Amino acid sequence: MPNTLFDKIWNAHIVAKAQGNMDVFYIDRHFIHEVTSPQAFAGLEKRGIPVFRPAQTIATADHNVPTINQHLPIREELSRFQVDRLTENCKKFGIELYGLGHEYQGIVHVIGPELGITQPGMTIVCGDSHTSTHGAFGCIAFGIGTSQVEQVMATQCLLQEKPKQMRINVDGVLPKGVLAKDIILYIISKLTAAGGTGYFVEYAGEAIRALSMEARMTICNMSIEMGARGGLIAPDETTIEYIKGRKFAPSGAAWDKACAQWSALYTDPEVVFDKEYHFRAEDIGPMLTYGTNPGMGIQVNESIPDEDGNSFSKALEYMGLAPGEQLLGKTINHVFIGSCTNSRIEDLRIVAAYVKGKKKAPNVNVMIVPGSKQVEAQAKAEQLDLIFREAGFDLREPGCSACLGMNEDKIPRGEYCVSTSNRNFEGRQGQGARTILASPLMAAATAIAGKIIDVREEYPFN
Amino acid sequence: MEKFQVLRSSAVPLPAEDIDTDQIIPARFLKATTREGFGKNLFCDWRYQADGSPKPDFVLNNPVYSGAILVAGKNFGCGSSREHAAWALFDHGFRVVVSSFFADIFRGNALNNGLLPVQVSAEFLNLIFEAIEADPNTAFEVNLEQQTFGIPSKGLSASFEIDAYKKMCMLNGYDDIDYLLSLQKDIEAFEKQSQLV
Ligand code: SF4
Repeated sequence: MPNTLFDKIWNAHIVAKAQGNMDVFYIDRHFIHEVTSPQAFAGLEKRGIPVFRPAQTIATADHNVPTINQHLPIREELSRFQVDRLTENCKKFGIELYGLGHEYQGIVHVIGPELGITQPGMTIVCGDSHTSTHGAFGCIAFGIGTSQVEQVMATQCLLQEKPKQMRINVDGVLPKGVLAKDIILYIISKLTAAGGTGYFVEYAGEAIRALSMEARMTICNMSIEMGARGGLIAPDETTIEYIKGRKFAPSGAAWDKACAQWSALYTDPEVVFDKEYHFRAEDIGPMLTYGTNPGMGIQVNESIPDEDGNSFSKALEYMGLAPGEQLLGKTINHVFIGSCTNSRIEDLRIVAAYVKGKKKAPNVNVMIVPGSKQVEAQAKAEQLDLIFREAGFDLREPGCSACLGMNEDKIPRGEYCVSTSNRNFEGRQGQGARTILASPLMAAATAIAGKIIDVREEYPFN
Repeated sequence: MEKFQVLRSSAVPLPAEDIDTDQIIPARFLKATTREGFGKNLFCDWRYQADGSPKPDFVLNNPVYSGAILVAGKNFGCGSSREHAAWALFDHGFRVVVSSFFADIFRGNALNNGLLPVQVSAEFLNLIFEAIEADPNTAFEVNLEQQTFGIPSKGLSASFEIDAYKKMCMLNGYDDIDYLLSLQKDIEAFEKQSQLV
């Protein structure tokens, strides 16, 4: 029987069949962070049991950490308490922690891939919905709740019902000035915020194959924003090149063996998916969201549509926008460049290349937050930090930051923020904050212009 | 986990669609390290003004509506995987959430915490909203064994789906973790055979 990439990985991880439709599903790697783990550790303590496979568990502090003065104790008491808890728990249960001050610290979905922990064919979970990011390597990776974090800690397994499968093909060649972020925002705008619910998505097609690993991560990252549990892309030369030589990547004979195994990870040609979509890369332009879920997106030169329903008008009211209005030309006072969607070195390079020699508009505050210590170090090695400082950007230390505003990095009530993050929910970046999701290039252009512009008209950028 | 068998209760209507877990429990309340006490911040930014006073037009502040059933628009619980959303709903007193569509992670989290997600058709969801609008005291009956959601006063009932294993867990108050722990030998055998450890 022909199998999908997803089937192949899934089938290789079934320990046993449970009752109902549930499989006992084995987890290769478990990432944890300070926010969704304390109650799980408490559960283990209550039962008096250890972490079953501590070596397959990796911890970092990211959601709650300040992005300035990380060498000082965290000022906010509850945040400090939560981060300290993680440190204590990791020590007690024998888990490797890349906490504040560690050279590998960073957003959990940025550090896994950059350390070579994330590898093709693996099953990966984390108490965080954007675990879907890791699917870019051809793994089954998905977010879980805290009860499940406890289950994985206790048994390295979960009870899972096999989801339906969808393939999304993006054919053709992406226009200049259009990035992976635009592809995924475009797809979600077509499929809606619930269009992928119940499915796991495989992304395929010429335009996907042409993407770098980091761009593929941006795509898979946002699978959850259309409701899909996760997304994955078959590994290829690009994947192997990226992993090679990374800290925890296999080496020597183990590397050759791994590469041979990875080469079998693809969807057989005869497979019929439960659902399949085709998009053309040429149709995609720079995207912006205008509403309060990531499915409410338009291209930069389009107008906000008019739709029926209370939820639609409530969203526009929150955003202070009206049907028929254009976002192009709109004055913007805040730009956030960061998050597990767009805070890797390539994102910073894209921003730096655009910004070099320019200054931000006086009305805009620009926060740029690298995804990890390693990204930060690399940016400095390439002197991107000088470009950002010269442009008047506020370059921060790594963490989730204004993506969810759990630390001090918040957007003021009623203000617009063009953000490279993944969620434009009400209050996501601070109470009353109005988020417009966009690519790092559109965010950079907004920072310089002080308003939304069509970045394609600026091409080539220097 | 608390057992769930049959529930008879009035319901609280919240017809908004795509209610994400950031609305159910905003991120700034996720700093707690225990599972308790999230109920008071349930729907915080819809429920309270900036100064902490209740917003009179939000349904949880309207004494006309009460009960252990929340009825919400489609795609309930999308967004973040935070289980805190299920804890907050449960802590507030809800035992059932009805919608025409649930986000996957939320559904799983709810089931792991004794909060029953009941998915009905869009038409039946409308009937429920209409019944509450006509009489906020309308009693509904949720029977897990039978997998039915009924409006006895109207003689209407809809059936809902639930995985047989999760149903057994909810009826008996079992957690997944007990079951998984009982499989330790199989898990170790699997690891050996897959050359994982
Ligand atoms: S950057 Fe944002 S979306 Fe990503 S893990 Fe952190 S809070 Fe979640």
